[in-house]
Amino acid sequence: MMDRWTFGLTMLVVGMGGTLLTLMLLSVIMALLKKVFPYNPDEEKKD
Amino acid sequence: MVEGILSGLNGLIAGFLNLHWSNPVMMAIGCLLLYLGIKKDFEPLLLVPIGFGCIIVNIPLAGLMEKEGFLRTIYDAGVITELFPLFIFIGIGAMTDFTPVLENPYTFLLGAAGQFGIFLTLLLALALGFKYNEAVTIGIIGACDGPTVIYVASQYAQSLLGPCSVAAYSYMSLVPVLQPPIMKMLTTKKERETIMKTHKRTVSKTTKLLFPIVITIVGGLIAPKGLPLLATIMLGNLMRESGVVERLTKASQNEIANIVTLLLGISIGATIDGKVFVQPTTIIVLALGLIAICLDTVCGVLFGKILYLITGGKINPLIGAAGISAFPMSARVVQKEGQKYNKKNYLLMHAMGANAGGQVGSVMAAAVMLSVLKGMGVI
Repeated sequence: MMDRWTFGLTMLVVGMGGTLLTLMLLSVIMALLKKVFPYNPDEEKKD
Repeated sequence: MVEGILSGLNGLIAGFLNLHWSNPVMMAIGCLLLYLGIKKDFEPLLLVPIGFGCIIVNIPLAGLMEKEGFLRTIYDAGVITELFPLFIFIGIGAMTDFTPVLENPYTFLLGAAGQFGIFLTLLLALALGFKYNEAVTIGIIGACDGPTVIYVASQYAQSLLGPCSVAAYSYMSLVPVLQPPIMKMLTTKKERETIMKTHKRTVSKTTKLLFPIVITIVGGLIAPKGLPLLATIMLGNLMRESGVVERLTKASQNEIANIVTLLLGISIGATIDGKVFVQPTTIIVLALGLIAICLDTVCGVLFGKILYLITGGKINPLIGAAGISAFPMSARVVQKEGQKYNKKNYLLMHAMGANAGGQVGSVMAAAVMLSVLKGMGVI
């Protein structure tokens, strides 16, 4: 079992980094989705 | 005959005789929670049942939290099984409009920065001698997201469920008091006055429909341990955006959310038994929870400042404070603060984006944390 500080620093780096990277990836995917499926007022009216 | 009367009378005063000194203290705290909910309108939907639960569980000999007690039955059925927070998440998903974050996907990053307090507080908790699973649970208060806190605490540190839940919900309601001084301290007048351009509605229905599906798949693959949290909030949102299951959406927003909120609140209140609650650990947990939420705001605003620099002053750093999960409260705080320094400043939609990003961010942060812990073999 790792010591407290190794555990804490691992959580800090991997946890913070992991959260940031995941949300960065999601923001890129969402930006791409917006490009692939652009807003079309006519289509929205049909719905 | 006289002996019988005396025994009967003895039964009527047994409650008073068995009162531990901590019970009246907790009843007073229960009344304080009721006061905050009823008179001050601080999260009344939760503080009222929590406060009442806190009062009744501190009445001796009622056995409400003993085996087969009615509160124990509710607690075991919904909190221990983690079902209540997950049902609440379906309701939150059904109530939340993620359009602002989809309009400006970069606000996801503010939602990430707003969670950094979780990890910094985890370090502090470890430094204070808490066990790994307890430190993780205390850190999660920084998610500023009650159901997430309850989900993690019920799984990994049940002894801290009461203080962590009370801290999460109380501090969430104190966001309008806690955030403005930090926002002012960390930004210059020029930064606070920055006007951000408003955007037209630019998100297609297809994108809105794909959002919950993509988030669930990608987020679930990255952090499978947190999938229940992520999947339930996204299921609620998918129902809302699809528009074809209006009955289910409305039930999730209203009946299900209301019933579960009541049962969850009273169950959480029932964990606040004086003999267990009144101890130094509780004070430390409450203090660390406060630090966690303040650190979230600090990190969010600092990240906003970085974006301000990168974009050449196009982003008002104040919106970083909305990267926490207190939705839509912190977005309103940002709007109010922005207007205070520049009457022409309308930050609400941008702040709502960061705030919606914070909703996803808090769930993702908890999911990532649980998956990292699983990977490290801690859980």
